[in-house]
Amino acid sequence: MSLIELHYDVPGDDFTRAGEASGSVKAQLKKLGFDPGVIRNVVIALYEGEINMVIHAGGGEIDVSIDPDQIRMVLRDHGPGIPDVALAMQEGYSTAPDNVRALGFGAGMGLPNIKKYTDEMRIDTEIGVGTTMYLRVDVKN
Amino acid sequence: MISDNFFHSVRLDEEKCRGCINCIKRCPTGAIRVRRGKAYILSERCIDCGECIRICPHHAKYAEKYSLNEILDYDYRIALPAPSLYGQFNNLDDVDYVLTALLQLGFDDVFEVSAGAELVSEATRLYMRRSDIVRPVISSACPAIVRLIRVRFPNLIDNVLPFNAPMEVAAYLAREQAVRKTGLTPEKIGVFFITPCTAKITAIKQPICNNRSNVSGVFAIKDIYPVLVGQMDKLPETRPLRSSGLMGVSWASSGGEATALLKERYLAADGIENVIQVLEELEDEKLNDLDFIELNACSGGCVGGPLTVENPYVAKARLQHLRKYLPVSCNHLPTDEIPAKMRWGKPLEPVNIMKLDEDLRKAMEKMRQMNEIESALPGLDCGTCGAPSCRDLAEDIVRGKGSIEDCVFFTRDKSDSNNYIPIPAPFRKSQASEPTAGNPDTEENV
Repeated sequence: MSLIELHYDVPGDDFTRAGEASGSVKAQLKKLGFDPGVIRNVVIALYEGEINMVIHAGGGEIDVSIDPDQIRMVLRDHGPGIPDVALAMQEGYSTAPDNVRALGFGAGMGLPNIKKYTDEMRIDTEIGVGTTMYLRVDVKN
Repeated sequence: MISDNFFHSVRLDEEKCRGCINCIKRCPTGAIRVRRGKAYILSERCIDCGECIRICPHHAKYAEKYSLNEILDYDYRIALPAPSLYGQFNNLDDVDYVLTALLQLGFDDVFEVSAGAELVSEATRLYMRRSDIVRPVISSACPAIVRLIRVRFPNLIDNVLPFNAPMEVAAYLAREQAVRKTGLTPEKIGVFFITPCTAKITAIKQPICNNRSNVSGVFAIKDIYPVLVGQMDKLPETRPLRSSGLMGVSWASSGGEATALLKERYLAADGIENVIQVLEELEDEKLNDLDFIELNACSGGCVGGPLTVENPYVAKARLQHLRKYLPVSCNHLPTDEIPAKMRWGKPLEPVNIMKLDEDLRKAMEKMRQMNEIESALPGLDCGTCGAPSCRDLAEDIVRGKGSIEDCVFFTRDKSDSNNYIPIPAPFRKSQASEPTAGNPDTEENV
């Protein structure tokens, strides 16, 4: 049990609300006084995760646990699942539909970016059941 | 750190203040609290944007005002009109009407801030050629934005253009020119800025990137406007005083500074809420493909300043008309080297007002308490406690600057049984006190 645990529901059909969870987490991390680099990593990874939930999974839930030495995030959705995780991790690989690309999303950088900005990234996914992503950002001195 | 006597140009007239919640809700940095029925400013948070002056229906928030007689303290007096001043007059097709009328008010000379702006544009174009700068570069011309960044976005400080605003550049050049012309010592020359906003007043009285301002005094456009119009009406003839072109004058409205850079990858945002959103996106690295970001706290840019007379969009339209009669630019740097006087005298330092505690563990404990308190509050964000939202009250409480008793719903709940007014059901936290189903009329409305 962490000292601070935050929970967010991500709606599946509203692009304008993607970013609410990462925005709220950012405001709280700033108040706590975390290093700006740590905050940036958490916020970028979380935002990419939120966007993925909106584009591919019809929404989901996010839990964030904040500790002095690490920030852990669990992003859970009940979407279609990822058939080939290794392929999805490749930069530029995207299954986003054209209407989403027209909005400037779906460039195939989501998962690679999450990987880049976190210290640990683990994906549990099952076709037709959903995807759960476990992320960790460490606080270095 | 900030001292106790931190200067603010925004003031409160306690007699006029009725303790309503308009200003606390509007303040972009959460810098106002109603205490004992009056809306006090939390000094370290205020960025002097003037939003509270605009919103207050009782005119209790005002800008510090200076008497025109102040100019008499100097042997030689120069007026520095902001370009937004030109947008205040109907059917103006020649800036010289405004400038000549200023001389009639008792000034010995005028120096257009738009002339300073043209030099800042040139210096910025040179600066943007460098490869060792943090991009996108954020404009530093709006002092409310510079203060907003140091308070709320300290990790964007390196993006801020480290140059003096056109007002400072113009003031420096005006005095230097006057010293040469009159032979007087610099302190005998008074340089007076005619301002559209409160933030500029603060930038003069309490500069943050220089030890002191080059400007001696300041007058609000709305205060000088009536006397100026009176003079303009009876001018026998104008004098050829104009010394800037459309590039400088365009700085008065949003986008003017950015377009003067002759670059395509820029963004210009105005209105404090839009600005905050842009800064959030920039912080989240969503705007990395831009070269320059122009930000103005006021809607429309400086023409929308809280101390102007005319509606910002009308003023902007008038400036478009005026631009037709202007050359492109009249002011150029002597060499490709940016003069030292155009640069800040000292770096922009962050001001940490966000952190709950210097110690991370203590901050986390406070955050935990804060979340707990917030969940016990009604969540109405009614402002009656004096804080802008329930979350702000919770934060005030953990910072030791508020009490749960400030919440009227909490106090009612706790009060003596004879006067007991229950908290409305949707705001009750206890599961045991559900309203009687299907009988809403019996529920007491508070």
